[in-house]
Order: sequence, then structure tokens, then C-alpha cells
Amino acid sequence: MFEAILLTVSMAATPLLLAAIGELVVERSGVLNLGVEGMMIMGAVTGFGVALMTGNPFIGALAAIIVGALFSLLFAFLTLTLVTNQVATGLALTLLGLGLSGMIGESFVGQPGVRLPRLDVPFLSELPIVGRLVFSQDLIFYASVFLTFGVAWFLFYTKAGLTLRSVGDNHASAHALGIKVIRIRYLAVLFGGACAGLAGAHLSLVYVPQWVENMTAGRGWIALALVVFASWRPLRVLAGAYLFGAVSIGQLHAQALGIGIPSQLLSALPYIATIVVLVLISRNRRLTMVNTPASLGRPFVPDR
Amino acid sequence: MRLELVKRQQQSTLFSALSPFLAFGLTIVAGAILFAALGKDPVETLYYYFVDPLRETWSLHELAIKAAPLILIAVGLSICFLSSNWNIGAEGQFIMGAIAGSVLPVLFPDFQFWFVLPLMLIMGMAGGAAYAFIPALLKVRFNTNEILSSLMLVYVAQLFLDWLVRGPWRNPEGFNFPETRNFHEYAILPEIWSASGRAHWGFVFAIVAALVLWFMLSKTLKGFEVKVLGQSPRAGRFAGFSAGRMVVFAFLVSGAMAGLAGISEVSGAIGQLRPTISPGYGFTAIIVAFLGRLNPLGIVAAGLILALTYLGGEAAQISVGLSDKVVRAFQGSILFFVLACDTLIHYRVRLVRPAQKVEAAHV
Amino acid sequence: MKNTLLALAASAAVLIPAVASAQDDPTKACFIYVGPIGDFGWSYQHHQGLLEAEEHFGDKLETAYLESVPEGADAERAIERFARSGCDIIFTTSFGYMDPTNKIAGRFPDVKFEHATGYKREHPNVATYNSKFHEGRYVQGVIAAKMSEAGVAGYIASFPIPEVVMGINAFLLGAQSVNPDFQVKVVWANTWFDPAKEADAATALIDQGVDIITQHTDSTGPMQVAADRGIKAFGQASDMIEFGKETQLTSIIDDWGPYYIERIQAVIDGTWEQHDVWEGMAEGHVVMAPYTNMPDDVKALAEETEAKIKSGEFDPFTGPIKKQDGSDWLAEGEVAEEGVLLGMNFYVEGVDDQLPQ
Repeated sequence: MFEAILLTVSMAATPLLLAAIGELVVERSGVLNLGVEGMMIMGAVTGFGVALMTGNPFIGALAAIIVGALFSLLFAFLTLTLVTNQVATGLALTLLGLGLSGMIGESFVGQPGVRLPRLDVPFLSELPIVGRLVFSQDLIFYASVFLTFGVAWFLFYTKAGLTLRSVGDNHASAHALGIKVIRIRYLAVLFGGACAGLAGAHLSLVYVPQWVENMTAGRGWIALALVVFASWRPLRVLAGAYLFGAVSIGQLHAQALGIGIPSQLLSALPYIATIVVLVLISRNRRLTMVNTPASLGRPFVPDR
Repeated sequence: MRLELVKRQQQSTLFSALSPFLAFGLTIVAGAILFAALGKDPVETLYYYFVDPLRETWSLHELAIKAAPLILIAVGLSICFLSSNWNIGAEGQFIMGAIAGSVLPVLFPDFQFWFVLPLMLIMGMAGGAAYAFIPALLKVRFNTNEILSSLMLVYVAQLFLDWLVRGPWRNPEGFNFPETRNFHEYAILPEIWSASGRAHWGFVFAIVAALVLWFMLSKTLKGFEVKVLGQSPRAGRFAGFSAGRMVVFAFLVSGAMAGLAGISEVSGAIGQLRPTISPGYGFTAIIVAFLGRLNPLGIVAAGLILALTYLGGEAAQISVGLSDKVVRAFQGSILFFVLACDTLIHYRVRLVRPAQKVEAAHV
Repeated sequence: MKNTLLALAASAAVLIPAVASAQDDPTKACFIYVGPIGDFGWSYQHHQGLLEAEEHFGDKLETAYLESVPEGADAERAIERFARSGCDIIFTTSFGYMDPTNKIAGRFPDVKFEHATGYKREHPNVATYNSKFHEGRYVQGVIAAKMSEAGVAGYIASFPIPEVVMGINAFLLGAQSVNPDFQVKVVWANTWFDPAKEADAATALIDQGVDIITQHTDSTGPMQVAADRGIKAFGQASDMIEFGKETQLTSIIDDWGPYYIERIQAVIDGTWEQHDVWEGMAEGHVVMAPYTNMPDDVKALAEETEAKIKSGEFDPFTGPIKKQDGSDWLAEGEVAEEGVLLGMNFYVEGVDDQLPQ
């Protein structure tokens, strides 16, 4: 049963992790994109629709990635090329995404979807506990873990990662060093959009293979919170996503066991826990200062 | 070919005035294309969207009702955003203000005097401010990121309200349905001009708040402090301003405004507490604040315009059968146009041909 | 008071001459939904009712609807807009629209208002309507007890309002009529609609050992989880068989169509009168989806139970019934009063949960 619960937790955590890891890269480059919810829901409707039409959930997931990236391009063009305010543009992107996805998905309502199959890793999936948990999951789960470690490696062990971080820390001096600030930020935003799109596809192809309006139900916002919660460190995002998943699944189990606490309090627990952990982490001033991208949310226009 | 921005020496007054019209023009064109593509008559749809809600008095009242909370919250937020305090939890402060303000009519229904309403308004402001104080305190004391803490507190506030109206504050005569008792007459925010519609004094509060904060921002030292600390905390320190105190000040002001909006909405428009009292006013107000360019007077205009798109969206749904999703997508694109056009105020846009650059390099 | 009403009525009539002169025009019926019509649950089913009415009346009926209307100030505006735009009858389909409906109704005495699930009828032009969904839940309980090997069912509940509590009790009573030791585990999802969260709740319940899932939330998430885990489940609001071909035992379908047709007809005939209806299987407002994925004897028992409820021979809340704390509620043969049911805030004996208060 413990194993089963862990499986549920990983199910709940995967879309959060994916969206958050994408947003982490975006924020590390100094851009704050509050449109995660909008990009996620676009990914969800695309993934579902394309999988339904082609009968192939893999093509659906791929399409979700592409559409998520394209949708984020809109944000990138406005905030990076036209230097609009990032907070407002992100919120507008969410509004647009929720509306557009509803329009696109009108004919998908009430149709059962195509589930992304589980892929067993030979031999390893036979292992006790970790076998089913880690090596017998769907492709998007593998992608989420791979991306987390990939991003961690990229950010801290490659030159390109260093460049991206320097853009986020101080775009003026990065520009002075001849780094193409805008280009790097475009790429980061596109990556974030692709990740959010895939996170949406996880919802509509794995979690609950169906399409309904607003099915992301605020998960994009939680992903945003996770990035800050993790103080912009990929592995902490991983931990945070699973912690958040564990608390929200745990409260359902507590209820099923008949523990008589108001269910609203249990539902509020993940949020309160996030604040508490955040306070604990951020008390260490030095650590957070080092990790926070100093240019976050600031517009950049190169002087010529 | 690509776009290049050149920063203007100073804000362009021409484009400051022109940009809203430009954005509106683009919106009309995009809307017409969208509606035509959906098989609707574009002219008729746009008419219902932008003109129909303004034709009748009752509808103007509704516009004021819808705009009031947006304006109130957004002017408070402008103080936060100008001082670089990213309070995105106004929704939660709105709810807590509504709860704190409702203590009297819900728990002491027999306590009926004329001063109940003023007390409620004060308690509402206090409730919102107190709730906003949490992220402010965490930021000052522990350096906790306020974006996250204020956002998380929204969910907590929503669940707290939910628990209250389903549990301890439930109307004893209400068949166990999740709502408090209806407010008595002394607890109802009166209508401004009840002969013509049901707009309540919340709209007046919003206008007054906008004027007061506009005055503060543009004419007083405090306003200068807000802007200096927002643009450069270092410069602010040299000027002798305390960044920590500014965090608290900004959050308290915006929390109080959101709380006032909350209790006004509950007391003026709803008349009781319910599990959901806000369709996301706290978040929409963030957009309003930026549409109004963080200027309280601009925010009044922005709030009215955004309210118009809600009303117009409904009119278009009913009259030409435009779906609710199209309305929301259209709303999103309006915002994009407005934001994009405002770029012209600060920047000149130039088209650059890469080919030319190469030639120049050769020479 | 009466004078003010009259004055208001007069002013309303001046403001909306269109309504008065609308004799030859088609009748206009308007609907306000709380959710998107794409929720495949509550609002979806009301919209199906609208479509049925459209089909039934053809040219004689004009319709309009607003979806995703938040409860509160927006609802009042939406209702007023309908009242002013020439609607002859307005259906407001969420509990939270109760006060706005009554407020607007007072100012538009010529327009008929129908409010779903509420109890306030402050003006003669306001009627209320609801369906006895708990009748269907009793039948589900009977089936669950027959089909479950573990003797425990999982119940995904939305909010602890009387309607939902009544459903849990009816389900358990049905189950206990077959197996007196049957138990129900309840999880409050605190949402009407969040497919992923509902799916999580279903998974948690299954992991806790239940082998039948039923829900009083609106999405098909739990059905898909049950299908994935190879256990049986009941649908909600609409027929969810497409989401669990080998899983769905039956589903309680909210069929509002007949009621909407009846009431619109009454407006056309000029016979519309205020009423408060709470109708169930007998009137066709609560319909059971085909009984599937069960042995013939279970199916026969389910059909028999359904027939008994339909004919009025049996009421799900017939004594002897004890409350959860063991105290007596209904004596042998006593049938619960509707008023008590409509305000139900206690469990019957055997529910493995503490009712949130």
C-alpha cells in the first residue's frame, strides 16, 4: 500500500515538477512568466485533441510541447521585444489560454481520451518498490526526472548555463560582455512554454485522460510557487513538487481513515506548509541571495 | 528583418495619449476577424461588446458595481508595485476583509444601530491590512519572497471562508446551506441613487481612494519615497528612507484597500457571506493596475474598461450567441494590445534589416 | 410594501415595453449556469435540458444562456439582463443564485423565474425545483453491497450540504438493506469539479481497501481511476459509460428536459403557477443509466428496487433508522419528512466518517 501511495504522489507531483522546472529556467534567465497556467491548459487541450485525432498519445504529447512553446512565444514577443510588463502580460496569457483552450476543446468534451502507456525499463522494473515506482512509469514521468537533472547539470556545470544565469543576475553587464541577452531569454521562455505544455499533456493524457475546461485547476500557480519555494534550485523543485504531492495526497488518506479534522484545514495544509518551509529556507539570507536571479522581472533594452 | 527598440529621452506625450486609441483600433480589427471567422456578424458583435452596456442607466450602474472592487484593489496595489513589493495576494486580503467586516452582522445580528456599517467598513479594512501584514512581516523579518507567501495565503483565506460559512457562521435558519444569515438593514451599504439602479457606495469609495492615493503619490514626500525605493533601494537608503518600513506601509495600504473592497462587495452587492464572494477580483485587479500604468487615475479608467468587457461579453453571449470562451480569449487579446501599445510611450520602434548591418560592417 | 412593488412593476413595464408587446413572438426561455457547459456534469446536464426543449418546441421557442456565471453580484446582473432582454421564463440553475433570483423577480413581475435547488419563493413569479437524486443513490447502494467483496465502498463527496449528506445516507441505507455490516468511507474533495483531485481521492480510497467507488462530484476522473484499477464504479450526473465500459455499474442521470418542457409549455399556455417541486424517479427527473457490468441477479434486484421507488411503494428513508451516534431517528415504518431531509446534517448509523460541521 505504501508503494501505491507513492505512485499516486508521483502522479500528482509530475505535472507540477515539469511546469516548475520550465519556469525555473525562465526565471533564472531573469524573466517572470506568470502565464504558466495558460500554457499548461493549452498543452492539455492540444495533447488530448491530437492524441484523439491521431490515436497516438506520443504525437499528442509532442504537439503539446510545440503548442506550449508557441504560446509562450507570444509572451516572449511582448515582454522581450516590446518590453511590456511581465506580471501583467503573464496574467493576460493565462486569461487567453483558459479562453482559447475552451474554444478549441468544445468538441472534445465527454470523449474518453487515449492514455499514454507505461513503459517498463527492462530488468529494473522488476526491482522491489523502486521497480514499479521509478522504472515502470509513463514517458512524461521519465521526462520530468530527466529534465530536472538535466537542468541542474546545464545550469551549474555548463558554460551555456553560466551564461544564462549571468543574464538573469545582471543583464546589463552580461550585455556588456557581448552576451545576446534577448536571444537567451527567448530560448528560456520557449523552454518554459514547452515544459508547461508537456505538464498539461500529463494531465490530459496520463493523470485523467479526458478533456474538460479549466482542468488544470490552479496547478500552474502552484508550479510558480514551487520555483520560489525551491529558491531557484532544480533539485529542490523536485523535492518540493513531491512534498506538495505528498501533502495533498496524504490529506485524502487521512480523511479516508476517518480522522476528524475539518477537511478545509487539511486542504489548506499544503499551502501553509509551503509558507512555513519557505520561511525556514529564506531565514538563511546568504543562501537565498546567492540563488535569486537579481534581474528577475526587470525589463531589458540594450543600449546601442 | 527584426524589431528594435530605442528608448526615448522622455515619455512621449503624444503616444501617452494615442496609445489607448491605437490599442482599441487593433482590438476592433482583431475582434472583427475573430468574430467573422466564427460566423458572427462582426459589427453587431462589437456593438454589443462595447456600446450596448453603455446605453442604459441600469447597465451603467452595473458597470460601477463591477468596476468598484477592481479599482479599489488596483489603486492599493499600485502603491505596492511602485515600491517593488509584489503583492499578488489581494484576493486573499479581499476575502479576509469581507470576513472581518462581517463579524458584527453575522455574530451579533441583534446589534442594530446606525454605526454598525461604519464599524464594519473599518473592520474590513483592518482585516485586509492585517492579512497583508503577514507577507510583509515575513519579507522584512525573514526575507521571505512575498510573491509566494501572498499567493499561498489566498488559498488559505478561501478555505477559511469556506469553513466559516459551512460551519460556525452558517445561517441557523438556512437549512444548512453554506451561507451566513442575511445582513440586517443597518449592515447594508446603501445604493447611491436607488431610483435608477443598484450601484452602491463602494464605487464612491473607489473614486475617493483613487483621488487620495493619486494626491499622495504625486504631491507628497511619501509618494516620492514610494517611487524612489521602488526604483532603487540603494538610492532610497541614501535619502534616509527605510525599505523595511516601506514594505509594511505598502502592504498595509493595499491590504486595507482590498479589505474595504471585500466588505463593500459583501455588504453592498451580496448581502451575506457565501463560500465564494469574488470571481477573482484580486487577480484581475493586478491587470487593472498595470493597464492603468500604476497611476491611480489611470486605474479608474482601466477598471471601468475592464468592467465593460465583462458586461459586453455577457451582452454578446446573449444577443449573438458568442460563447463564454471566445469572450475570455477576446478579453485576453485586448490586454495584449493595450500592453503592447504602451511600449510606444517609452520607446521608438525601428525595423532593422540584418542585410544593411552586414553591408555597414564591410564598409 | 405593496405600493412600492406596484410602483416598481410600473416602472419596469415602462422600461421594457418589449416584454409587453411580445405576444406573437416565440416564447423566450433563458438559462444561467454556474459552470461551463463543457463540465460534463451539472451544467452540462442543464444545457442538455435546454437542447431537449429547443428540439421539442422548434420555432415556437427562443433560448439564450450564460455559462460560468459566478454566484454573487455577477449573477444578479446576469439575471437582470435576461429579465430586460425579453425572456419570458428564466431558469437559474445553482443554489447560490437564490437571493439574486428573488430580488430581480420582485422587480419583473411579468417574467417567470425558476430556481433550482433553493427554498426561497418571495414573489408569486418564483418557483423552485429540484430532483430526488437520493432515490438513485439508494439503488446504487443496493448494487454496491451485492458487488463488493470487501464490504466497503468509497464515497467522493463535494461539500457537506444536506443534498450530499442525504446522498451518502441513502447510499448506505441501500447497501445495508443487503448487507447490514456494509460500510462507507467518505472523502471530502472540497470541490465540485477538479478531475485530477477527484481522481486522487478515488485512488486514496482504493488504496484504503474499498472496491466500489461512487461520487458526488462532477467529473469523470474517478471513473477512469476505477477502470484503471479494475474495480467497479458509479457515474454521476451524466452517463459516463464511455469512460469506463467495463467499470460503470450505472449512473444517476439528471434529466431536466421533461421539466423544462413542461414549464415552458405552461408559460406558452398561460397556466404557469408558482410551485416547489422535488421530484424523482417517478416523474422521470432522475434516470438510471443502463445496469451494466453486473450479474443478472444483481441487475434484477436493482430493477426491482427502482420499480418500488418509482411506484411509490417504497421510500429510501423508511424506518427503522438510527442516527450515527446510535440514537433513534425513524421508528419502524415511519417515513422521513421532506423538511428534515432538505436540512439533513447528520449521518445514519454505519458511516465511517465524521460529518464536517
